[in-house]
Amino acid sequence: MTMTTAPQPQNPMVQLLTPEGELVTHESYSLDLTHAQYKSLYREMVFVRRLDQEATALQRQGELGLWASSLGQEAAQVGSAFALEKNDFAFPTYREHGVAWMRGVDPMKIMEVYRGISNGGWDPLEHGCNSYTIVIGNQVLNGVGYAMGCTLDQSEDAVITYFGDGATAQGDVNEGFVFASTFDAPVVFFCQNNQWAISQPSEKFVKTPIYKRADGFGFPGVLVDGNDILAVIAVTKAALNRARSGAGPTLIEAFTYRMGAHTTSDDPTRYRHENDLQNWKLRDPIERLKVMLARNGIADRNFFDAIDIDADAWAHTLRAAVRSMGEPAPESIFDNVYADSHEALDAQRAAFLDYHEGFADSGVKS
Amino acid sequence: MPIEIFHLPDAGEGLTEAEILRWLVEPGDSVSVNQMVVEIETAKATVELPIPWAGVVSQIHEEIGAIVPVGAQVISIETPAQPQREPVLVGYGVKEGDSLTRRTRKASNTESTANSNRVTAKPLVRKLAKDQGIDLSTLVGTGLNGEVTREDVQAAIGGEAVPPSVSHDHAGERIPVRGVQRLMAEAMVASAFTAPHVTEWVEVDMSRTLEVVERMRTRSSERITPFVLVSAALIRAAQKYPRINSSWIDTKDGADVLIHPNIHLGFAADTPKGLLVPVVRNANADNPMALSASITTQMDKARDGSASPADLTGGTITVTNVGVFGVDGGTPIITPGQAAILAMGRIINKPWVVNDSIVIRPIMQLTFSFDHRIIDGALGSRALASVASYLSDPALDELLLKD
Repeated sequence: MTMTTAPQPQNPMVQLLTPEGELVTHESYSLDLTHAQYKSLYREMVFVRRLDQEATALQRQGELGLWASSLGQEAAQVGSAFALEKNDFAFPTYREHGVAWMRGVDPMKIMEVYRGISNGGWDPLEHGCNSYTIVIGNQVLNGVGYAMGCTLDQSEDAVITYFGDGATAQGDVNEGFVFASTFDAPVVFFCQNNQWAISQPSEKFVKTPIYKRADGFGFPGVLVDGNDILAVIAVTKAALNRARSGAGPTLIEAFTYRMGAHTTSDDPTRYRHENDLQNWKLRDPIERLKVMLARNGIADRNFFDAIDIDADAWAHTLRAAVRSMGEPAPESIFDNVYADSHEALDAQRAAFLDYHEGFADSGVKS
Repeated sequence: MPIEIFHLPDAGEGLTEAEILRWLVEPGDSVSVNQMVVEIETAKATVELPIPWAGVVSQIHEEIGAIVPVGAQVISIETPAQPQREPVLVGYGVKEGDSLTRRTRKASNTESTANSNRVTAKPLVRKLAKDQGIDLSTLVGTGLNGEVTREDVQAAIGGEAVPPSVSHDHAGERIPVRGVQRLMAEAMVASAFTAPHVTEWVEVDMSRTLEVVERMRTRSSERITPFVLVSAALIRAAQKYPRINSSWIDTKDGADVLIHPNIHLGFAADTPKGLLVPVVRNANADNPMALSASITTQMDKARDGSASPADLTGGTITVTNVGVFGVDGGTPIITPGQAAILAMGRIINKPWVVNDSIVIRPIMQLTFSFDHRIIDGALGSRALASVASYLSDPALDELLLKD
């Protein structure tokens, strides 16, 4: 067994844009976008990557407690979120920065979460995007429950819930599959198979292709090139439409690659080959769209350069703002435990504040 | 020009220290924002740290190999006198110097003297001191970087003087043991103190082995060495006596000896990273020529740093060549999890008795250590004698084995 070559996906993998930037047709899926939309998708992916790059640096400078990199997964995230309607609802893990971005979440709110100064970041209802979920697979149950609610409300909204290849081993995910199937819940299960469950290669624990597992639960599974944003959009739109029509859930396996570490606490050089990463760089989601845009005369060098400059300037303001974030009052950790005040919690808060009071004269923050 | 000081961040979650592995810049170098300046190794990962400012490196505070606590100063950057006004995102004012901001860089450089006067102590220690009415600033901290510890406060409560921290200024060079070396040390201690070692040795006339090596060389462009035939001899012995290719496994109900169906041959390699033990998998499937190629491949990977963890683990028996260092033998320590290790010494011309005459022959010593819990003296001796017998006439042995 060798670790030097990346695992090859099984056919049929839906692809509309090859790694070389060629547009290709598919018998079941197609996508018709305007030039402006193509260019906008490129811009979004570049900004999401720049966000990731800046956040990684900020963590290494002690400004963030942790960061989970989305590097390499931009097409899967931006593309699937692009397919959503405004009233649809996304349930992300902790890595879906591209999804949060596309749902209009202020990146500063994401930074607050990873700086450890906010209890969840943003208002999920305002953005149709739930808070980041750290517990592996838990958001799948939340998403299925929300989708079942949509049915009860007789609404036209659909739900997308994200998870990784490792999470497919979780009970929560499989229970979500069972309930969604039983109730024909309007939900799309979007699995980003980024090849690694922290340090475990997915080939070790995925004995049958992930998308094929849907067969056993009684709904369709689709394998899509997760680094092909056009195919991701087409497949996700079809699955969302199916959900809206009342036909039930779809499992999408987006075949992609985690180019960075699992989180900033992880060191992938200890368990995977540099060659592996180099091979995947040839399938980079942003580069292939760039080539397509240039080759078809949709965008030129000036366009690409201008976006890079914009992204750098924007990252600069992000950096400055993160570095100057204040600290929440210590007692704010009690704020969102209950909706209303609670006797026991009030007592804990008082004791905690009293304890802090004890250091008032020490000149040092405890 | 303002000096900004970069303090060691917690690069993981809840880490307390890191080792400086490599500086990527030196004083006088210009740096840009987010340029990588230093490589550190934490308990979790080896990472490079980017610098948050543009400017010129004015000072490097820690040397390579230093174990640095989180929060300590590691590098200083002289930044341009008129820093550009940083743009502000709507709703997020730049709160420079805000007293609520723990990591105020400006404060840390102007307050460097104030810092040295400020007493460092953990909250519970502060509380203890406060409850006992002891002024922390009157104590001499014996903890890391002068931190006042619980013991210091308790000593003060008891009225005992706290001695200043002891100087460890002994004469001589102290070389820190880190990284791969430290792992090797731990593995060796674990092996030496759990597996009772028995070591046996024998001398063997290598004439015929060297002839075979010469003949193999005429058939191959690869670098064929006697080491390959010693390895082949060990593999043949393990096929004949499978118990030397096994593991001792402690269980709830006692212990088991696991006889491995295949032979994964580990061999010690002296590499720029230190001693590594690359593994040739299923070495029993190889003839000596194929074995030579496998060893070369694994050796190259270990030396150029491209060996994966899989290339360096999972061995079932080990061979090592101490002869390359000009010695005859020693007491090889068994690789943890294995049952035996064979060492080959240098090959040197010696007087040797053949047919009652003294002749000069190339002689080599073999040393064989084995885990006495698994292998008794009789089996160990037979296995070693079988290795020696093979080397005394490898062609014959290969021929016989084919029957």
